[in-house]
Order: sequence, then C-alpha cells, then structure tokens
Amino acid sequence: MTKHSNNIDSQNLKVDVHYLTRVEGHGNIVVDVKESKLTKCEFQVIESPRFFESMLVGRSIWEAQHITSRICGICACGHSLASVKAGEDTLGIKPSEETVMLRKLLLYAEQLDSHILHIYVLVAPDLLGVKSIMPLIKTHKPVIEMALRMKRMSDYAGEVLAGRHIHPISYVIGGLTQLPKKENLEKLYKMMLDSRKDGEETVKIIKTLKFPQFDRPTQYLSLKSEEEYAFYDGDLVVNGSQLTKIRDYRKLLSETVVDYSKAKIARINGKTYAVGALARFNNNFDKLHKKAKDVAKELGLKAPVHNPYLNTAAQLVEWVHCLEESITIMEKILKDGLDEKKIVVSSWPKRSEIGKVKYKPNTGISCVEVPRGSLFHEYTINDTAHITAANCVIPTNQNMGNLEDDMRKIVPELLGKKTQEEITFDLEMLARSYDPCISCATHLLDIKFE
Amino acid sequence: MKKQSKPKVAFFDFTDCEGCQLQIANMGEAFLELAELIDIVSFREIMSEEGQDYDIAVVEGSISTDNDVMRIKKIREKAKILVAFGSCAAIAGVNGIKNRTPLDVAKTRVYGDKADKINTIKAMPLDQVVKVDYYILNCPPYIPEIIAVFKAILMGKPYPRPNYSVCVECKMNENVCRYEKDEECMGPVTRAGCNSWCVNNGNRCYGCRGLLDNPAIEGAKDILLKYGLKIEDILNHFTLYNDPQGEKYDQAFK
Repeated sequence: MTKHSNNIDSQNLKVDVHYLTRVEGHGNIVVDVKESKLTKCEFQVIESPRFFESMLVGRSIWEAQHITSRICGICACGHSLASVKAGEDTLGIKPSEETVMLRKLLLYAEQLDSHILHIYVLVAPDLLGVKSIMPLIKTHKPVIEMALRMKRMSDYAGEVLAGRHIHPISYVIGGLTQLPKKENLEKLYKMMLDSRKDGEETVKIIKTLKFPQFDRPTQYLSLKSEEEYAFYDGDLVVNGSQLTKIRDYRKLLSETVVDYSKAKIARINGKTYAVGALARFNNNFDKLHKKAKDVAKELGLKAPVHNPYLNTAAQLVEWVHCLEESITIMEKILKDGLDEKKIVVSSWPKRSEIGKVKYKPNTGISCVEVPRGSLFHEYTINDTAHITAANCVIPTNQNMGNLEDDMRKIVPELLGKKTQEEITFDLEMLARSYDPCISCATHLLDIKFE
Repeated sequence: MKKQSKPKVAFFDFTDCEGCQLQIANMGEAFLELAELIDIVSFREIMSEEGQDYDIAVVEGSISTDNDVMRIKKIREKAKILVAFGSCAAIAGVNGIKNRTPLDVAKTRVYGDKADKINTIKAMPLDQVVKVDYYILNCPPYIPEIIAVFKAILMGKPYPRPNYSVCVECKMNENVCRYEKDEECMGPVTRAGCNSWCVNNGNRCYGCRGLLDNPAIEGAKDILLKYGLKIEDILNHFTLYNDPQGEKYDQAFK
C-alpha cells in the first residue's frame, strides 16, 4: 500500500492498491496521473495461473464438470452447468424438460447465493463506511443475521438440489445422479417463502444507501430469450440487438492479451463491454417478474442504467426475480412430483460399456448466465470422448476492459475534487461493484480469435 | 473466555478457487460461534483490515509460483500453528493435474507465444515447502470436519486423519456399492472423513481427500483392468487429486 496524501491535487495522482480486498481472487488497481495526464490505468490480475484448459486435455468428457467446477468456489454451480451443457452439445445428448427445470432452479440458487454475498459481505461495508462485515456483526447484528439467513436459504438450495453448493455433486451430463428428497424440498420451499420478507427488508436497506454518481453508456452483452429472463439458455444480444447464436460467439467477441495482467481484455465491435446483472437488466428488463420490476422502480432503476456502481442494485432486483421464479418451480415440483425415469442418470457410462462405444469427434459450445455474466465453455473430444481442446470465456475477463474504461472516465472527473485517498476508495468500490471473480479470470484459457 | 486469550487467526489463499474460504461463510451460525472464540485478523476475501500478527494461519490453495514459495515461508515463520485447508493445500488437489504434463507444454497450450512471461512451477501441497500442523481435507472442506479441526486446535490436541477407506462410511450410510451398479469408484482407496458425501448423492468417489496411507493399488488396478479400462484412464482417476503420489502410481501402473 502506498501512503495516501490528504491534500487535493488536481494535477497528480498515484493509486496503487495491492491485493484489492473483498473480491474473489487477487487483483491490483494501478492508476498514475502526472501533470494532468493519465499515464496508467490498469486493473491487474495477479492470481497464480491455474492451467485448467491444459489440465482438461486428455481427460474424459465425463469428468469435465467435476474439474471445471473447481475453477471457482463461488460460481461452481454456474461452471458445472456450463460444463454439462457443453458436454451434451459435444456428445449430442438432449436432457429432459424436467432436468432443465431442475438446472434452472440450481442456477437461480446460484444467483441468490452470490448476489446476497456480494451485496452484504463485499459491498455493504463500503456503503456503511467500515472495512468489513466483522464490525457490523456487533453494530448491525439483526441485519447480519438476516443476511446469513438469506445466504443459508440459497446455500441449502444447493445442498438439497445438488448435494452441496460449492462443487455440486449430482448435476451431470444428461441429468441428475439422484433426485432431491421430498422432505428437503418442502423445507426449502418454506425457507424460500420466509425469504420474501428478508428480501423486502433488504430493499429498504439498499434504498437508504448512497451509490456514487457516475454515468458511462457502454455495450451490454447477455443472453436473451423470448420465453423468460434468460439465465440458462437463449441467444446472445448486445444492447438488445446483434442477435447471435451461442454457437457463433466467436464471431461476436474477441480477446486480446495484455502484458500487465494474467487475464485478457475482451472486445465486441472493437470496443470493451460489460456483462453481469446490469447488462441482463438492461437487455431483458421486460421479462423480469412483476415483483422484481416493482423493486427496480423502488430503487430508481430504469433500463438502460449506465452507472456501473448500480450493478449491486441490479443484483438485488435479480435476487427478487430469482426467488419468485424458484418459488414457482418449487410449487410445480411439489404438486406434480419428479419422474425419476426422466431425470436420473449415472455420472459416467457403465463400466461394462467402457472401451466399447465409439464417439463422434466433435466440438460443443455452451453459454449460461452466471452471477457475474455470460460464461462460455467449449470442448473438443476424440472418438474415446477424451478432451483434446478446451476453452472457457469468463465474465470477469469480459468486464475488465470495461472497468478500465470506467476508470479512465472517472479519474479525470474526480481529480481536483477529491483527495488521493478518496479517489482510491472510489476506484476500489468501482472495481468491487463489478463483483470480480479473479480465480475464474485466471483459469487461463488461451483463445485465439481471428 | 477472556478477550486476551483469544487466538489470532489469519486466512490466506494461494493457487485455488477460494471455495474453502467460502465454505467458512457457509457455516452460518456456527461461523458466528467460531468468531466468538477466535479473533480473525486477516481474511482478504471478506475483509479490508489486515493484521500482521497472528497465532494460527489457515491456508488454502497450492504452491505454484516462486512468489508462493516465499509467501508461505514467511507465513510459516510468523504462525505458531499452520493449517492446510482443503485439498489444494493438503494434497495439491486438482492443481496437481497440471504436473502430469511437462510445464513447457502446459504453458504453451495456455499462453501460446506469451508462454515465456508466465512464472509457474510444479503445483505442490503446502507440506512440500513448509511444516504443516493440521490438515483439513476434502474439496470443498466438509463443515463438520472444519469444526472438529478447529475444536482440536483450540484445545491444543492433535487431529489425526482417519486411515480407513470411504467404503467404511459408505457402508454405514447403506449406499448401494457403485461397483454393484456397474460403475467405478475411488472409495476403496480413499481416506474417509467426508461421510461418503458424493456417493450419498448418487455419484462416485473421486478421491478428493487423498489416498489411504497404504491403498490397495494393485487390487484396484486389477479390478479396473478387468473391466476394460485403459491404464491411462486408471492413472487419471488416481491422479485427479493426488499428484504428489503420482510417481508411485506411474511405477505401479507400468
């Protein structure tokens, strides 16, 4: 950490945040202004490289979910679902409607879990002027207990549906290895109903917090579907247009390597872009659940929103949407039951089939909306279903260029008005509002786009 | 407990997914109880405060860069007790798969012509670099075991790792054996302590807790070969989490 000056200097600024805290993974913010000229403005990813795409080569497609889930502890369900979808695309397997319904439920649980973690544990301390959630345990105990209760609900959803939330067990290619137990689903349903009032309470709290003013329209990428507010499937859109099939994602986005970082900068139409809650909100507002729309109105959000700090508010709108959608699915499941024959599969081919089946060498691609944005997985397999090449495009990588462009705009706006310490704080908060997941960003997949 | 007597605990992460730290947040009320007994001075994922003074270092992730080696040595110098938290820290975990390919090949696969710029070394568990006092196994860590290890630490007692296989727990849970279902499973050679978490949920055991001290490798190999698995596939099962013992299997599976 550099020593901060408390004087306002309109010509010079040096921000050097080593190990940004309250984000997932290791990142630095480096900004340098000399004599009013912005000479450096970087968000450096410094997490140790993990080599996932290299690790996948030679591994069976049937264990890709198990391995790629471990790219990230927070987005483990998202990676698992992207992985099984890409695996199915590779193998030509179509899951049943019931399976897809259960997958959506798990994906909603992931948004519920991650968004509440981000809102309360990672962002709220900034807005309340403390360094972490720890002092809040004493000063705001009922609120923290409520946050933990909300977190517990979504975490329990992962437990009931997939065996556990971090590195889910039962969601595999083709279906689930086991049906969730009815008594657990009933308990979960009750917890979800109880969460409604916690959600209302959270809206009241977030409404009183002051997000910094800042506006910079950019390109917003997300999935879009005619049927619903898209998380699990759909087509890609940029600011509501440029409709592109998931399969053709390489035609839309390109990534370039930058020297100072171990993650890459992504571009669409030659420009940086944003993914995540705010991008989805801007592209799919009309598909939100009515209650979520009401919350958006209460929070003063009107699509399109161009203030990146408000990503956190958009997460709360999505939280309400996902809770309501989950409750609807749960009611259907509890009423109709689940048909084991349509859902339960074994996680691998039977032992007695191994070595006897020839697979068609093929490449499969998937995209799902995970809490931080559009996540792509792509695998190529040989005739024994072993992976010969793998790629993932991670939300945080896609957001990094956009964050840097935000910083380039905001620094001159703040220069001369705020102290170095205040600007540093604002930049940290800006980076945090993107909810960056740096472990994910450094899974390090090399994608060479033309 | 008096305030002064609370041990200072710092959490650190190395090469990993940070799921282990997140599992602490998932402890819910048990986390609040634990927070009463210890004084958390550093936990970058959730805190901006950073304490330089600590008694217990809880470390997740593998060592995989030169910088990691220096950092963990410094942490070891300061900490009275060092806990390897999760599979990556305890046994290298999935990071170890990287070691199955020569580093140059792995680097080129990922970074292409930028490969030279990447500083990476073999992925290692902590105890290949520093002395480790307690191990919390599993990927992700199993919450009852996290609590049990913290209890042992607070009482100043050792926490011995079980040296029987996952099958023992799996039988007590009355699961149908995966082999009976015409599937494979790493349960017979994997160290227990997870209450057969994955098999309870209809999947197989992947060996995330590491192997027993003396696993019946030959027996496992014979069974798997009998069912037509190729040696490479069997090796893949054994090395998904357990690269540090990989050379032993390379010999056994020749």
